[in-house]
Amino acid sequence: MTLYQRRKMANMIALTLSLMAMAFGLIWLLWILETTIVKGFSALSWSLLTESTPAAGSLGGGLLNALVGSLLLVFFATVLGTPIGLLAGIYLVEYGRFTWLAKVVAFVNDVLLAGPSIVMGLFVYAVIVVPTGGYSGWAGVVALLLIQIPIVIRTTENMLLLVPQTLREAAFALGAPKWKMILAITLKAARAGIMTGILLGIARITGETAPLLFTALNNLFFSVDMSGPMANLPKMIYDFAMSPYPRWQEIAWAGVLLITMGVLFLNILARFFSRKKF
Amino acid sequence: MGNWILGGLSMAAAIFTLAALCGVIIMLGIQAWPSITEFGFSFITNSVWDPPNNVFGAFVPIYGTLITSTIALIIAIPVSFGIALFLTELAPAWLRRPLGTAIELLAAIPSIVYGMWGLLFFSPIFAKYVQTPLMNWTADIPFLNHLFAGAPIGIGLFTAGIILAIMIIPYIASVMRDVFEVVPPLLKESAYGLGCTTWEVIWSVVLPYTKAGAIGGIMLGLGRALGETMAVTFVIGNSNILDGYSLFSMGNSITSVLANEFPEASLTGFHQSALMELGLILFFITCVVLSLSKVMLLRIKKMGGP
Repeated sequence: MTLYQRRKMANMIALTLSLMAMAFGLIWLLWILETTIVKGFSALSWSLLTESTPAAGSLGGGLLNALVGSLLLVFFATVLGTPIGLLAGIYLVEYGRFTWLAKVVAFVNDVLLAGPSIVMGLFVYAVIVVPTGGYSGWAGVVALLLIQIPIVIRTTENMLLLVPQTLREAAFALGAPKWKMILAITLKAARAGIMTGILLGIARITGETAPLLFTALNNLFFSVDMSGPMANLPKMIYDFAMSPYPRWQEIAWAGVLLITMGVLFLNILARFFSRKKF
Repeated sequence: MGNWILGGLSMAAAIFTLAALCGVIIMLGIQAWPSITEFGFSFITNSVWDPPNNVFGAFVPIYGTLITSTIALIIAIPVSFGIALFLTELAPAWLRRPLGTAIELLAAIPSIVYGMWGLLFFSPIFAKYVQTPLMNWTADIPFLNHLFAGAPIGIGLFTAGIILAIMIIPYIASVMRDVFEVVPPLLKESAYGLGCTTWEVIWSVVLPYTKAGAIGGIMLGLGRALGETMAVTFVIGNSNILDGYSLFSMGNSITSVLANEFPEASLTGFHQSALMELGLILFFITCVVLSLSKVMLLRIKKMGGP
């Protein structure tokens, strides 16, 4: 074989392998989605939305308590976490840019962004669950919020950095004070991107299980009392999937379908927003 | 006045993030202190984890975390590289966005879904079509026959490593794709102009240029693999006893021990404290890995990065 043929051959092999790698990645996605849809749809029924989880070994029942619990946890974490994330993002770009504090915070934020979420659960257990004397919905909210904030900070920072400097200068030239310039000009210009960040944050915490294990715990009964243990979808799936009762396993699959579809929908929605930036 | 309020609030929020990190380290440190002073360095090297007798050595979970992450990296690095290569050089322009999104959606699937699917659907098939043939094939090869020994039951360290690989592929692939795209077209075109094949351009021009970024992406994936909890807990087997060095054996990772034992840990002995120390060790390792990743990615950013 001549050198030329050998080089062509190497090229062909490498490119074929690359194609196979792509297929390898997609196969898992399709397989997991297929499993989720097939198993989930067969367990889907109206009682899922109208009834709470059944007692061990009995039939019927649904996921109402877990769905409401998850919605409450995610709602409060988003409402409380988003302003903090937004403000910190504003600080990084508009106030503290080039200062050492902003650099350190940006660095720390990236570590928190990809850090182990179960450690956040341990932390919240130590600072909230132990002092208050028990597992509670609020502890779960704090654990989720600590995971959501870094995501919002990161996207806010990136999106504000994309706002052209000339916009800021134009606002200043018209005599706008800095706070007004930030609220009325830069935040507005970056709002589509920031929306993406918030949606991605919600998507992430909706599926998080590990930080809830020792904070919100779980609750087999319907409850909207945030100061007591709180039912939530991911933990319910975890407990039910490991259980020996067929009805519980069925409900777990329905939960998996709901959570996967919800999270994928949020992700696609987020991408739709990010497409409209500038 | 308005400026003062917004500036103050935003600075407070930024400091909050910093405080969260310090808070995690300090709180875990305080909680872990009884265990640290009691067991000292032997905590890491001792492989006896015995809650009833109040003796705790974390070698098994630490080994489990390291070995599953290593398996995950060995599989994920070449596959992610292939995907990034496909997305930047091979795929027609109209396919790039949908395929890239599909790979990123792999990262969006909640980890508990990976766990349940891995335990109930992946592991039986894996045991039958991968583990058993692999065992038969390596039965006469020294060293490898110890690595692939034991009952092919589908769950264990090897399975956990593979599930982790699937989970971190999207992270590594998307970083690699992003850094491959920053290579100046001029450089690539010069190489093509000299008659290089696509593969030669990738291997000798793109990869050396983006080395730091690619390593940063790998580190990011490693950070995720180390801290992944639910998926691993489902498939690793949750055994605190290590028998031999077979990759098929059941084991435990730091995260799976925490998920399984923490809610039931007694407050009187060292159990909870030892678990807190495990959390601290995990947090420390991931912080180091992710910091390295960040440094690497900053380096490529300075070269006119994404």
